[in-house]
Amino acid sequence: MRQFALSIVLIFAAGWASAFEAEEVARFGPSDSDSELRIISTADIAFFEPMISSFLASVPGTAIEYTVVSSSELQKAIVDEGEAFDVAVSSAMDLQTKLANDGWAQRFTPGSTSALPDWAVWNDMLFAFTQEPAAIVVSKSGFGDLPLPESRNDLINLLRQHPDLFRGRVGTYDVRQSGLGYLFATQDTRASEIYWRLTEVMGGLDAQLYCCSSDMIDAVKSGDLLIAYNVLGSYAINREDRDEFAIILPADFTTVMLRTALIPSNAPSSELAALFLDHLMTRSHGQDAQLLTNPALDLSQNEAALNRIRIGPGLLVFLDQLKKRAFLSEWESAILQK
Amino acid sequence: MSTPVAHGSIRRRLLLSLLASAAVLAIVVYFVVQSVARQVAQESQDNVLTASALSILDSARLSGGEISIDLPYSALSMLDSISDERVFYAIRLENEFLSGYADLPEAKENGAVSPAYLSAMFLGEEVRVATVRRRMSTDTGRSFLKVTVAQTLSGQKQTLARISRTSMGIGAGFFLVWVLLAALISRSTIRPLDRLTSSVSRRGPKDLRPVAAPVPSEMVPLVASLNSFMRRLQQSLMRSEDFIAEAAHRVRTPLAVVRTKAEVAQRKSDDPETRKALREMIRAIDDSSRTAGQLLDHAMVTFRLDHLAREEISLHRLVHDTVERMRPTSELKDVTLEATEVETAVIKGDPILVQNALHNLLDNAVKYSPSGAEILVALTTTDDGATISVNDTGPGFQTDELDELPKRFARGANTQDIVGSGLGLTIAKEVVEAHGGTLHITNNPGGGACVSLLFPSS
Repeated sequence: MRQFALSIVLIFAAGWASAFEAEEVARFGPSDSDSELRIISTADIAFFEPMISSFLASVPGTAIEYTVVSSSELQKAIVDEGEAFDVAVSSAMDLQTKLANDGWAQRFTPGSTSALPDWAVWNDMLFAFTQEPAAIVVSKSGFGDLPLPESRNDLINLLRQHPDLFRGRVGTYDVRQSGLGYLFATQDTRASEIYWRLTEVMGGLDAQLYCCSSDMIDAVKSGDLLIAYNVLGSYAINREDRDEFAIILPADFTTVMLRTALIPSNAPSSELAALFLDHLMTRSHGQDAQLLTNPALDLSQNEAALNRIRIGPGLLVFLDQLKKRAFLSEWESAILQK
Repeated sequence: MSTPVAHGSIRRRLLLSLLASAAVLAIVVYFVVQSVARQVAQESQDNVLTASALSILDSARLSGGEISIDLPYSALSMLDSISDERVFYAIRLENEFLSGYADLPEAKENGAVSPAYLSAMFLGEEVRVATVRRRMSTDTGRSFLKVTVAQTLSGQKQTLARISRTSMGIGAGFFLVWVLLAALISRSTIRPLDRLTSSVSRRGPKDLRPVAAPVPSEMVPLVASLNSFMRRLQQSLMRSEDFIAEAAHRVRTPLAVVRTKAEVAQRKSDDPETRKALREMIRAIDDSSRTAGQLLDHAMVTFRLDHLAREEISLHRLVHDTVERMRPTSELKDVTLEATEVETAVIKGDPILVQNALHNLLDNAVKYSPSGAEILVALTTTDDGATISVNDTGPGFQTDELDELPKRFARGANTQDIVGSGLGLTIAKEVVEAHGGTLHITNNPGGGACVSLLFPSS
């Protein structure tokens, strides 16, 4: 991969001229290449870089421009501003589904269709290439002798038994800000009523709210938090300092998010995009898959408890404005307890 | 005989019209199955859409005069459960848009009937739309809450494509079965005609009886005219045979008188020229009267063949009798006539005819053999039947004439100076064939002819 001139240009949100807010923009591959693939994504550069490198190795002479945005900015870029991207990658499955459902995605038949599991393709528009569980991340040093919770019930009991220890040191997503946090929360409520009990307990302990998984992991590392609930397990496991926390996949049920990619209907180089998606899918499924997530995160040992979110129009339900308003008000009253 | 000119074929025409109608039917079956399937697929999609819309409608509650709707997760996920579909919905209170896709067209109800359905284009794809409604009491009075749900048609199209393949298969299968049936039907339709053909062509050359076997009504006129034709033919044949017999009979008696007179005159005459002329005259008279006799014989044979008797004949006795009866003639010519190795054999048939046939063979043998020759008659039996063979030490037949000789009035090339009519072998052949047997003419390796009659064991 190093034979390519790897040029990364970081442009921060303030310097970006366009109306949607990009967190980072990076460019890979030769600077004088004749074909360029524009990817808009919610995934961190570090997380996605291996996939880009392997693609550039297999298709020489191509460059990739990689733009990192939040999931709501991704919607804005594609729907409201009609920005011309070739591939859109997002962890917000509901918003991706809405994009595809509302006709913002092109249909495409991957070359490796037969090898793909059923859950990985929706309507030949949306393609899932990771399985990333929502985990409970716990600070090993902060916990000391306390037993690690294995399920939400354990967690509730633990919080109730040591309210003074955990007060102000429990964190979770602010579902009003984070699309992924909202997705995890809504899917949790579908799976079990226990989510509401846990949220009320966390609210009673003055829970801290975060925009993103990486911030929560940082907070656990720095000692601000002892427990972070519904953190992206893949981000935690991919870190160099992963041994400092315990990454717990709840035994009662583990919500699994599928990171998905689609080709926007206005993609300028849709053939190159199709090539990229083929590459993405063959590298992510089947026997020889090289997963983006660290292999230490083994989902298969917990298969029965896995609650893999199904791509489909059901995901549109919680995007319904009436439904969303009702959910958020219930959530606020549980977590904020004003 | 000339071959009739064939123009078209009943069987082929029948087959073609059956196949053409089968093809039309197969195509009709294909379209009927497909249109029924389309209707059923449409109905089942409508039902799912209605269920989805109703579950949304049922989730509407009045709280404090406001309508709250808790969209059930299953309402939209059920639409995607079998095939991946794009799904759209809209919730409206009268004409006020509450939630969902504001531009989604609404299916207008016909009268009071709910749900209503509509096929439309939405966001670049063909969709099926269902709308249901419910009367709600709100602060502003009573109004209709309307829920519209729409779904793309990819599942329906898959189903239709599958059913289209199936109905294609059904049509093709129907056609193939029909091809087999058509072949059987055309064959069985044509069978009475084949049967008539073979029964007519199997008949012997003298068999002019009317066709008596039952035939289908359509063939009755044909068979009736065939029968009438054969009857006329038979009458005409009988008339000519009668005529010949009558003529022969009428000629023979005067000839006998003329011969006697000629012999008397020859004896009385001293003039060698006159005697020679008279001798030649007697010879010619003999020739004519013999021909007349054989014509009579032939007429008799023909008559008896038409009404062939089926008596038991002891062939060995018949052979002995015939040889004995022939002996005076042979001794007159100084020809040895012997019946050697006569086995016992019994067949069924007309003894007079068989005797006549053998007599003709012996007469020929004696007539064409030079004095001092030897004629041996044998009767042998095998599993196939009984064979009477007449071997002589005469000149034999010319090999290139063997096939021609048994025909009427055909005579060998080496017989000019001998009185004969050419009917002898014909009679023998007709008799033996009427009994289901065969006549063989060969030359013996050591010289002389061999004529054998094979009668099959009945």
